[in-house]
Amino acid sequence: MMDRWNDGKMECERREFLGLAFAGFLSLVPTFQRSNGVQDSLAGSGPAGKVPDPASAGRPMTPLTAADTDAYYQSIEKKLKCTCGCGLDIYTCRTTDFTCTYSPNLHRQVVALGEQGKTAQEILDAFVAQYGQQALMAPPKRGFNLAGYFVPSLVVLVAAGFLIRALQRWTRAAAVQAAATPPIARGPLDASPAELERLRRELERLPG
Amino acid sequence: MTLLGSIALWLALLMGLWGGVTGFVGGLQGRSDLQRSARHAVFAMFAALAVAVVCLEVAIFRHDFNVAYVAGRTSRNLPTFYLWSALYSGQEGSLLFWATVLSLFAALAQVLTSARHRAYLPFVAGVTCLVASFFISVMLFAPANPFARLPYTPVDGAGMNPQLQNPGMVFHPPMLYLGYISITIPFAFAIAALLSKKLDVDWLVAIRKWTLLSWLFLSIGLLIGMWWAYVELGWGGYWAWDPVENVALLPWLTMTAFLHSVMIQEKRGMLKKWNLALILGSWLLSIFGTFITRSGVIASVHSFTQSNVGYFFLVFLLFAGAATVVLYANRLPLLEAETTLESMVSREASFLFNNLLFLGIAFSVLWGTLFPILSEWVKGTKVTVGPPFFNQVNIPLGLALLALTGVGPLIAWRRASLPNLRRQFAVPATTGVFVLLILLVAGMRDLGPLMAIAIGGFVMGTVTQEFARGAGARHRQYGEPLALAALRLIGRNRRRYGGYIVHTGMVLLFVAFAGMAFKTETQATLRPGESVTLRSPYGNVYTFTHVSVSQYDALNRRVTAALVEVSRDGKHVGRLRTEKRQHVDALGRNTFEPSTEVGIRSGLREDLYVVLGGLVNGTEQAVYRITINPLVWWVWFGGYVLVAGGLIVLWPGGGSPAVRRTQAGYAVKLEAK
Repeated sequence: MMDRWNDGKMECERREFLGLAFAGFLSLVPTFQRSNGVQDSLAGSGPAGKVPDPASAGRPMTPLTAADTDAYYQSIEKKLKCTCGCGLDIYTCRTTDFTCTYSPNLHRQVVALGEQGKTAQEILDAFVAQYGQQALMAPPKRGFNLAGYFVPSLVVLVAAGFLIRALQRWTRAAAVQAAATPPIARGPLDASPAELERLRRELERLPG
Repeated sequence: MTLLGSIALWLALLMGLWGGVTGFVGGLQGRSDLQRSARHAVFAMFAALAVAVVCLEVAIFRHDFNVAYVAGRTSRNLPTFYLWSALYSGQEGSLLFWATVLSLFAALAQVLTSARHRAYLPFVAGVTCLVASFFISVMLFAPANPFARLPYTPVDGAGMNPQLQNPGMVFHPPMLYLGYISITIPFAFAIAALLSKKLDVDWLVAIRKWTLLSWLFLSIGLLIGMWWAYVELGWGGYWAWDPVENVALLPWLTMTAFLHSVMIQEKRGMLKKWNLALILGSWLLSIFGTFITRSGVIASVHSFTQSNVGYFFLVFLLFAGAATVVLYANRLPLLEAETTLESMVSREASFLFNNLLFLGIAFSVLWGTLFPILSEWVKGTKVTVGPPFFNQVNIPLGLALLALTGVGPLIAWRRASLPNLRRQFAVPATTGVFVLLILLVAGMRDLGPLMAIAIGGFVMGTVTQEFARGAGARHRQYGEPLALAALRLIGRNRRRYGGYIVHTGMVLLFVAFAGMAFKTETQATLRPGESVTLRSPYGNVYTFTHVSVSQYDALNRRVTAALVEVSRDGKHVGRLRTEKRQHVDALGRNTFEPSTEVGIRSGLREDLYVVLGGLVNGTEQAVYRITINPLVWWVWFGGYVLVAGGLIVLWPGGGSPAVRRTQAGYAVKLEAK
């Protein structure tokens, strides 16, 4: 038997062949049936089938609601920091780190406040009241925070002022030095005006 | 092997301390025997650290989980590619990597420095040995020994953080480390110049390649980090103004400022104090960055690197900073300029404004990074300083800097005349205005992107004009075809034209950054066969159809892959796959929370960026976030151009001997004589 199967010709009796073929067919039938079970892969064909191992696909999600994709709430959430320690805003965190349990709750809080009729500013204020100023992605422009916003620009402007004054001082010193230096005695140039003009043009063509 | 590794670390520490003492004493007393000993100590320290690295790699590849570092960072089924990067994927290993590369650079500095600059080498040996000794001390005396053993041997290791299992993360940390570490060599030469009082341009010549190398490594490290953040973190961007990103940017900014201002010292003998301060400051910023990264003093996405060793770095930073400042202040009288500025309208002045802006941006980044701590100290109020703050402060400064990139090359050295300015600015300014008009006619009204692209047009006008004039001159003079003339032009003056190529890279980066202002995104819950549409900034309508979800095992993870079919304006574009990955160890146990792999289709105009949020109740119904990110491809291409330009500048040789001498600072030396 072994010899017959290993000589590369696959010779076997008809009965064996039919038996094998039938067994093979039987093994395929359940596969087709499972495939039929996930026929919802076809466009708009009904409920989605279960995946074999849902646990390895991350936290189970619920279908998105209108509030989840509402641009108004998103714009508010982009100004609020997630408290999970990721450093991202609530919107980015909840749509990026799908293992985060904080950002979905914070999102629900934003939506709940919105549904209570609060304006965007009132929602931000409510978060600041609850979590402190660190709830905002950028500190509000008041009090000591103004230093945060304006010190860099101020420093650059002051430094620019100092630089301009230094440049003026240096250029004045250079001018005084140049005036004090006796001019280099120049003999008559052995070149015609046309040649000088040509030289000037050539020099202008040179890079730099 | 761990015993050998530990012994090697101790030996390296002894060699480092010996090299530090003999280097300084030998240099100050002019004793050649001690100088020789310091040099040999550098080589011995490198050899000992190389042995330690080999020992750790052997432990990693042998899966010796009795070693705490190996058990905490790897697992039996970790792909070989990441076993290599496990060396620097954790605190202890990265400190070893850092010390080893520093000792390698220190040895190379001893070997490659030309005889003309030998006088600096004992001090260079001293500084590098002491800095490396500090890193080794942290490993041995702080709880950061890569060879520490566990009281038991786990069956398998904890595995590597999934976010680090990305090709970008194999190259991003070492590149940044190489940038950080190589700054130590210019710093060591600067200290050597201060100690030996040899403060002419010689030390600048000695460090030129090192400063370029540092800048190049930092640039590559930052770019790969951006790429990693984009493809791995899944939030759809590449720069989040995270504190650790910020502190990596700081030395890059100061080094770039130095690479510009050093030209003034080389050509005119000016800015000696400034250039020294930039090099010293860059190194201190690199140590500061290490402190921020490893201390966890500020919350960051890089929290996997945090531990209490950060405070060792703080002490080191304060000590090294104080010593540097005292030495610098002591030598200030020796750092007077040899010439002075002749005109406000000159290349020198434009470089000074360029430096002002680089330092201004560095300051604002540092200020924004530290402001939460400052606010807590001063007001007792914790605040968050996120992207809105940094964008508001830095975008205007960045645009001004971009404009100066185009202005600088157009202004003559020493003094520019009005006719000269008119002639130089005509083409670039017209190009900039032309680009601005096109954008306005096309309907773009956002001020930031509008300015970025228009100024980019101006800078490209400058670069093109410079190349055209140079190549034209060669074409006329030697009869070379223009393309060949352009190539030879670059070859003959690599520093100048390589620099222009770097400028081109910067323009591409700025334009690509501007593109992100127009990104569009949506979220959708889709059953197989259902679609969602999204309009791109160019007006095309993309349809994303959820095809199916499949699950399978791969290497060290269970993958849940969702397939999305994409069409643009009804025409099929392709398929995107986005995944959830549950990493497991060799026993099939989950090692980390499931991570997300983004599906990206990158194009010249825009990137399609699809993220699988998760599955609804374990079914094939999937939650997606879909983003269209314009011009992202140009960020990476701009990065390539920038690096190519940097390599051209770095490449040895090029130019006539006269040009090389001028570049090497001899013009100033001869003038001074």
